[in-house]
Amino acid sequence: MKYFQLIWTALFRKKLRTLFTLLSLSAAFLLIGLLQAVTSLFAGSVDFLGADRLIVQARTSFTQSLPMRMLPQIEMLPGISRVNHSQFFGGQFQDSRQPFPQFVVNPQRLFDTYPEWVIDKDQRANFISTQDGAIVGRLLAERSGWKVGDIVPLNSFIWLKADGSRVWEWRVVGIFDGKNQEWKDRTQLMYLNYGQFEEARPLRAKGLAGVFVVRLKHPEDSQRVSDMIDAKFENSVDETKTQNEQEFQLGFIKQFGDIGFMMNLISAAVIFTILILTGYTMSQAVRERIPELAVLKCLGFTDNLVLWLVLAEALLLCAIGAGIGMGLSTMLTTALPAEFPPLRTDGRVWLFAATTVVGLALAVGLPPALRAKRLKIVDALAGR
Amino acid sequence: MSTLTQVGEIVLMNLRSIPQRAGASTVIVVGIAGVVAVLVAMLSMSAGLERTLSATGSMDRAVVLRGGSNGELSSFLDRASSTLIEQDPSIARNGDGLPIASRELIVITEVPRKGQQNGTNVTLRGVEPMGFTLRSELRVIQGRRPRPGIRELIVGHSAQKQFDGLDIGARLQFRGSDWYIVGVFSTNGDAHESELWADAEAVQSAFQRTGYSSVLAQLTSRDAFDAMRARLSADPTLTVDVEREQDYFSKQSRTLTSLITWLAGIITVIMGFGALFGALNTMYSAVSSRTAEIGTLRALGFGALPVVASVMAEALILAGAGGLLGAVLAYALFNGYSVSTLGSNFTQVAFDFAVTPALVLLGLASALFIGFLGGLLPALRAARLPVTEALRGA
Repeated sequence: MKYFQLIWTALFRKKLRTLFTLLSLSAAFLLIGLLQAVTSLFAGSVDFLGADRLIVQARTSFTQSLPMRMLPQIEMLPGISRVNHSQFFGGQFQDSRQPFPQFVVNPQRLFDTYPEWVIDKDQRANFISTQDGAIVGRLLAERSGWKVGDIVPLNSFIWLKADGSRVWEWRVVGIFDGKNQEWKDRTQLMYLNYGQFEEARPLRAKGLAGVFVVRLKHPEDSQRVSDMIDAKFENSVDETKTQNEQEFQLGFIKQFGDIGFMMNLISAAVIFTILILTGYTMSQAVRERIPELAVLKCLGFTDNLVLWLVLAEALLLCAIGAGIGMGLSTMLTTALPAEFPPLRTDGRVWLFAATTVVGLALAVGLPPALRAKRLKIVDALAGR
Repeated sequence: MSTLTQVGEIVLMNLRSIPQRAGASTVIVVGIAGVVAVLVAMLSMSAGLERTLSATGSMDRAVVLRGGSNGELSSFLDRASSTLIEQDPSIARNGDGLPIASRELIVITEVPRKGQQNGTNVTLRGVEPMGFTLRSELRVIQGRRPRPGIRELIVGHSAQKQFDGLDIGARLQFRGSDWYIVGVFSTNGDAHESELWADAEAVQSAFQRTGYSSVLAQLTSRDAFDAMRARLSADPTLTVDVEREQDYFSKQSRTLTSLITWLAGIITVIMGFGALFGALNTMYSAVSSRTAEIGTLRALGFGALPVVASVMAEALILAGAGGLLGAVLAYALFNGYSVSTLGSNFTQVAFDFAVTPALVLLGLASALFIGFLGGLLPALRAARLPVTEALRGA
């Protein structure tokens, strides 16, 4: 630590050059922070989803609805505590600028399969008893300004009423929240009562349930129960594919292609570019100071100490630049309005940045540091 | 010497000395190459997607969907309306007097990507036999067409490349029924090549559907479209949207391409800033290493303008080289690279990255812009150097 002042002064020996290098480092790490936050969103956002829930979908595709008659057939299997059905509604409110998902469910079963949602007792009772009832997640309700008692018309691009109309009116009977921060962040959806949905559908669509959400008694049974469900419906018209909720969500995300791969590719390009830039600055900084380094050695600094001084300078440079960039990235992602995906410059991203800083500092610092270490005092002072 | 000759001389002299500053010059070249490579690569993705989707369909054909549905997936036409639609006088007829139209049914199936376990959504399109003759761009490149009423599949060329287990003779299972792959088709790289096709009635029976998703029809002439649209929209027994086939598919790519363009823009601007500061560093150090030289030139009577020009020329040439390198890199690594992503029908669309000349020009332009900004301040400093101090090489 006693050498900190020395390193600091050496770093800002040429102020303009160091400033520019810091600015490009900051830009690079701002980008790395944002890109990795996107990767985190895709890879990690489903980490906390319960392993005690399975999703049963039609094997052909989750867009094919499974029939309602399968619900009791699934629920009677051992190891299952409760089953709900869930149908993606695909509704659009007025303009489609801010789409949000809605699911048609059985209100009585919803809170047994998703105990993570918190709702007022009366509102829950109203949701169960109101045929055209809907409950809205807190974040969604705040964003769109809906209150209990409002009627929300949704234009479904999937579901027609028997009379051919696409507009369904839903009565908001409750606002639900999450039990902890992760679930509170996810309250951007809407649940609709199956009652009105089933009654108003044309005959050909009646009796379809969508997918089934299965809550297990013991999370460790997950594999056994999924195999059991799939085996039960094997070779029937409605073959199933059962996955735990996390796999289901990941599969959904992977449909967009390998986003993590793209993000990492760009990150690699950024890191490589910054490596060349900073590497040049460091080698130049050391080259200019060769006589000074020789003086240090004359004063009794050992070869190794000089090596460490140069390495520490590189590390300090990279760390300051990365700190500014990552700070900006954190500020940006925190300030993101609620309608954007919940990007977070989280621990994983900071860890990625920290690793990059160390790697970068070694790569750009080691060659000049070794050069400084091997300096012969006589040659250096003579400017040879 | 006139200013112009001075500029010419000094620029040339400076450019010849670039190799002496190889280390510093690399910074500007590599920095800008990185920016341009990322920009061009990302935009080539949206260019490829747009190319695939806007190549789909023809202006001489019309698609009829249920009114208000935003794609084939959410459209439903029952048997009666689809039969009625086919009778429209704007639809061309063949030698037997039958309308040249195909009623088609879209369902989503899951097929895993190559090297993956989990299935991704793939369109299974049921077409009538007329659907094969109707699309003049369609060629069966391997095997044969599926026979009507039989559970046989013909797969698109891109689908076969992207997804696992789609070789001729392979068996797929949908809803407890077995389907055999009997052929591979190509439609000049358009969106249909990412699909699996089968006979419409076979799909209806396996998926227990009664109606269709869309009707595709050959128009008697390109101009017959407006009349057809007016007639079908006015028909009180139908609620339909009628669009030219090409317009319908071009529209489908818009959201995704604008999203990619936005992302590319943000990433390029941030990276561009990084490269700009690198360029500033390089050019300032280039100027400072030439201090004595610039002082000498000024003492000999060279003006300020030629000095500015020489620094700017160096910056622009290095930036241009970086831009070119970046574009070449993007081209070598990504042009023709096949990927698939979620398209409009909630199913996969396979497409190739397309590094177009326009994108290369755009990349070069951004490179020169960064080079210009990065050269300007150092050039001004060089011009303002007091001659006496500069001569001392300070």
